[in-house]
Amino acid sequence: MKRLSRHRRALALIAVLAPLAALFAYAALRSGPLAPIPVTTTVVTSQSIVPSLFGIGTVEARYTFQIGPTAAGRVRQVNVNVGDFVRAGQLLGEMDPVDLDERISAQAAALEHAQAEMQAAGARIGDASARKTFAEAQARRYDQLFAKQVVSAEAVEAKQQELRVAQANLLAAEAGLDAARREADRISADREGLIRQRANLRLMSMVDGLVIKRSAEPGSTVIAGQSVVEVIHPAHLWVHVRFDQLGSAGLRAGLPAEIVLRSAAGGAMTGQVLRVEPLADAVTEEALAKVIFDPPLATLPPIGELAEVSVALPALPQAPTAPNAAIRRIGGDLGVWVVSADGLRFAPIRMGAHDLDGQVQILEGVQPGENVVVYSQRALDAHSRIKIVDRLPGVAP
Amino acid sequence: MISLAGRDILHAWGKFVFTGFGLGLLIGVTLSMAGIYRGMVEDAKVLLDNSGADLWVVQQDTLGPYAEPSSIYDDLYRGILGVAGVTSAANATYLTMQVRGADSDVRAMVVGIAPGAPGKPGQPPYLIAGRYITRSHYEAIADLATGFNIGDRIQIRRNHYTVVGLTRRMVSSSGDPMVFIPLKDAQEAQFLKDNDAIVRQRRRTAANPAFNRPAVPGLLDAVIASQSANPYVNAVLVQLAPDHDAQVVAETIRRWKRLQVYTRTQMEEILVGKLIATSSRQIGMFLVILAVVSAAIVAFIIYTLTMGKIREIAVLKLIGTRNRTIAAMIMQQAVGLGVIGFVVGKIAATFWAPHFPKYVLLLPGDAMRGFIVVVLICVLSSLVAIRIALKVDPAEAIGG
Repeated sequence: MKRLSRHRRALALIAVLAPLAALFAYAALRSGPLAPIPVTTTVVTSQSIVPSLFGIGTVEARYTFQIGPTAAGRVRQVNVNVGDFVRAGQLLGEMDPVDLDERISAQAAALEHAQAEMQAAGARIGDASARKTFAEAQARRYDQLFAKQVVSAEAVEAKQQELRVAQANLLAAEAGLDAARREADRISADREGLIRQRANLRLMSMVDGLVIKRSAEPGSTVIAGQSVVEVIHPAHLWVHVRFDQLGSAGLRAGLPAEIVLRSAAGGAMTGQVLRVEPLADAVTEEALAKVIFDPPLATLPPIGELAEVSVALPALPQAPTAPNAAIRRIGGDLGVWVVSADGLRFAPIRMGAHDLDGQVQILEGVQPGENVVVYSQRALDAHSRIKIVDRLPGVAP
Repeated sequence: MISLAGRDILHAWGKFVFTGFGLGLLIGVTLSMAGIYRGMVEDAKVLLDNSGADLWVVQQDTLGPYAEPSSIYDDLYRGILGVAGVTSAANATYLTMQVRGADSDVRAMVVGIAPGAPGKPGQPPYLIAGRYITRSHYEAIADLATGFNIGDRIQIRRNHYTVVGLTRRMVSSSGDPMVFIPLKDAQEAQFLKDNDAIVRQRRRTAANPAFNRPAVPGLLDAVIASQSANPYVNAVLVQLAPDHDAQVVAETIRRWKRLQVYTRTQMEEILVGKLIATSSRQIGMFLVILAVVSAAIVAFIIYTLTMGKIREIAVLKLIGTRNRTIAAMIMQQAVGLGVIGFVVGKIAATFWAPHFPKYVLLLPGDAMRGFIVVVLICVLSSLVAIRIALKVDPAEAIGG
């Protein structure tokens, strides 16, 4: 009886200690540094990828017309408000002409005065002309009388002199008329100039467009070149996009683009690269491009809104392709961990183009069909024990 | 043939096993405390490993970028790339902040990394899901510890980012999980104020007659634009060619580029020796006290276990058992108790370690050392017990 009881106790003790020992072995070998590292693998396939570029930019108006005075002055009136549609030639506002109108009136009076002067000069010509005709007749008559010995030579010479005086007076009167005519021309031209200047103070729209800014109010003083009203062409909007210079080779005009405005995240619009700027931004290391909406937008997005632009480049020829998560850097070399029957092997690679979904073309180093490690629980080395799983622990499906 | 110790243990096995369990939990706490200490140091080292850098170039006279703020111009890396021995150099920014997810926010270290191929300095060395960042804006790689998943939209300052990849064990020196975002976004995040502050700043600038001059129409816009740009980064991470000495390259950059440079060893010194020095010493001190207390408790348990059997020992002596047999019995029991305690402790520590909010690193070496110490303490305390047991008078068996 006592023997049985001791046996039972021994069994009970073993029943407690055996699972403990098993748990200990599990704890020591299956967790911590000695445990195999869970990894996921993928097969390198030969496929074509479509590399894309991603940039951000702001919506801008292609043409902005800044309408303002050409000389410093005071704004007299502004007829339009922000948001108004205006037509080409419409009066948007006017600068204060100060004394310009009065100077035009003065020039008008001066012109009338000049015209009166012309009439007077014409009258003087008539007078001089009459005197000359009479003096010619007198001179002829005295010549005949002198031939008949009726008048003295002195009298004849006096008439000849009168004739020459009359001729000179006529010439003077004619010159006077010419001078008066030219004076009238000058005043007329001056007046035309003033009228032009007056017209220049009227701020007109050059195009059919939309008023986006009204930067001065009546009464405020603006300097030459400062804009009072800004007008844009609503049909001509583009996105000024900045692409990181890394991998921006291949960006060129005409490529299709996808534009996502910040206000409409998720709803993509189609566009087209209009041009790639010849000047890149040297400070931010970005290439600059203009992307237009294609087809043009029916409703206008706010100018200055942020936009994300993806440009699809032409598809590349087939090459071995793997996810970029498979690429590791070991000892200064980029490569992938190839899983084979012998275990893990680090294969240095040369990377080619990649697309926005993270697929990378591998130009050298692995062949299609080889199995490579994509994700790993820890950093790997050539002696790591691995366990291939579908999904790493802790990652949601 | 079952030994004397075995027979004695079987006699009261329940008491023995439960004592072992109690002892085990105490040893488990001690092992965990050692793991917490190791985890702290490991967090600091993993930060350096994960940056993939051989050299850290930071602002002069700072211990940046982890231990002190450092800011340098973001185009300095071009000059550093020209230094002999440098194979790649990349800007990086670090900013610890709250990152907002769909319905909660997480304290995280936001790391700005220069776009480029995986393997570039600053890029996480491996992923556990998703992919590396391919767009130069508004994508993020988050650590598993943040709780974010692939496809989640997270908010940093006023911008939204899509989580495209997950990492594991990418933490700052204080254990905050990392969120990697493109450098330009990170520069903005580091500098960008909230919209109200920006509006106020614009208004303040416009009110300043020095900046808002009627005769210079574009000046105000230019001033505001320059006020809202951030051409700074916290550090340049440098990778070296394998045949170049880090010290030599560091000295060249220090001397000719007029910047502070730290090598891996110096950085580790800064992180472990300065940044986490106080907190790790705190944990270390606690670990020492815990170890001493555990040792004392083990010794007391074995002593009282032996004392409880003093009468049986007296009987054994009375029937003429040799002293060596009695001593062996006590020592075997003590060591057995220690082994059970260690096994329970190790199992307990292994199973509760992953539930700590910060990393707990249980090294096999530490476990081995712990095992040796436990056995040693058991042997030492059993020696005291043996001394008392051998001095017992056999008459006590009858007299008591």
